[in-house]
Amino acid sequence: MAKAITAHNLTKKFGSFIATNAITFDVDQGEVFGFLGANGAGKTTAIKMLTGLSIPSSGEATVAGLDVYKKPEQIKRRIGYMSQKFSLYEDMTVIENISFYGGIYGLKRNEIKERGQLSVNNLGMAEVKNQKVASLPLGWKQKLAFAVATLHKPSVVFLDEPTGGVDPITRRQFWEMIYQAAEEGITVFVTTHYMDEAEYCNRISIMVDGIMVACDSPETLKKQHQVSSIEEVFIKIARGSE
Amino acid sequence: MLKVSNISKSYENVQALNDISFDLRKGELFGLIGPDGSGKTSLFRILATLLLSDKGQVLFEGRDIVQDYRYVRNNVGYMPGRFSLYQDLTVRENLEFFATIFNTSFEKNKHLIEDIFKQLEPFQSRKAGDLSGGMKQKLALSCALIHKPTVLLLDEPTTGVDAISRKEFWQMLQRLKEEGMSILVSTPYMDESKLCDRIALIQEGKLMGVDKPSEIVASFDKCVYQIKGEQLYNLLSKLRSMEDIESAYPFGSSLHVYAATGLDLKSNIESLFPEVNVQVDVIEPDIEDTFMNLMTSKDG
Repeated sequence: MAKAITAHNLTKKFGSFIATNAITFDVDQGEVFGFLGANGAGKTTAIKMLTGLSIPSSGEATVAGLDVYKKPEQIKRRIGYMSQKFSLYEDMTVIENISFYGGIYGLKRNEIKERGQLSVNNLGMAEVKNQKVASLPLGWKQKLAFAVATLHKPSVVFLDEPTGGVDPITRRQFWEMIYQAAEEGITVFVTTHYMDEAEYCNRISIMVDGIMVACDSPETLKKQHQVSSIEEVFIKIARGSE
Repeated sequence: MLKVSNISKSYENVQALNDISFDLRKGELFGLIGPDGSGKTSLFRILATLLLSDKGQVLFEGRDIVQDYRYVRNNVGYMPGRFSLYQDLTVRENLEFFATIFNTSFEKNKHLIEDIFKQLEPFQSRKAGDLSGGMKQKLALSCALIHKPTVLLLDEPTTGVDAISRKEFWQMLQRLKEEGMSILVSTPYMDESKLCDRIALIQEGKLMGVDKPSEIVASFDKCVYQIKGEQLYNLLSKLRSMEDIESAYPFGSSLHVYAATGLDLKSNIESLFPEVNVQVDVIEPDIEDTFMNLMTSKDG
């Protein structure tokens, strides 16, 4: 199967501080890959390198078959990205956000219209499509942000804590959207602090102090550590990292 | 310590809080459990005397918090949801600054935060903006404690904080509670509610229940069937199409189905979908089940 992401000894140093220390892993096309770690473990730095925003200090990586050193601009066009902090323009309407991002990703006018309409209907947001995003509940914003990040059918979508603070039902609806995207062949690279969500991933990796200390399916990790949940695995592995 | 009676608050066309009443007892760890946008922050701002309610009254040690707001501010510690320390001051400078504002000094009250400060000490000359998420929360808690409040208001102290730091943070709250502190804490993490003496579930500005976590769970009026097996995601839509099933949600590595008691779910699934091989167990509901059930039954 084609690899959506490959990383080999990928490293980023800031002065003498090694934020990401020689991480090696790959992600299959259409896989849901969970990227876990404590605050400050180096997750954001790794995501920045993979999304073409930060040049690695050493090591190799490809995203959608493109080299992160040579083709960062092409990578940006082939991926989608959303975070909890910033994803949409609050003072633009639902439909304006969709058109704006569709335009940025180079979709044609009729594609934006068609896919935008489809998204709005799938999200159940037809009635609020002309409302400003600021007026929507957080859960709706996050679902809309995900739809916007996948509008251009990217090969990989990066989700940085997409469900932080979201209510438990919307959190689950969000994961159903993730599965749907994966079924359509989109690779999902997701970080979360909800350990139950880690169980929904095909594979998860755990970062501790810049090093990837585990990378396998949730079942295998639970068996290895002889525990019944990923939360216990995480606490066993990541304890005492700060 | 705090008696909240019939508090309501609206912004333009949004009703943020709708007739909220509860009390915070001395030495109690009280959890306000609800998602973003449910009104938790408005309530905290009212209790911290930073926002006026439209209706209702709050008494702090028997005094009206609007009349006696100075007394409230001197005796209540408030940790807002957004990190609001000075990012370009060091850890130590932030602590000294907040102590000075309340007419005391860091040295004088250091003993109050000794446990937490021990963990911060190695970083005391680091700028607050350069701390990791977990450390920022510890510093913010220290700053809220430095003037020796009797009530602590913590607005989502663990949002965006990793599983280990969350655990440590709650251990600190337990210790403060044992020392007699009354604590009101809000969280979107349902699992944290188990660590509270009492909780209030809040959704769209309304309290859906105030009680001990065990009592809230006991109010769950259906049966939870836990389903384990392969291809659970595909099974989910099939389950939802079945007549007797009220709702079905993924729960970590299993599915939870809410339905009437006494259903032979395994045979039902196997007769309708012979290709599916599952293990079905009836389990005790937890807070998350209860909350989701309350959310949906309110809609329906």
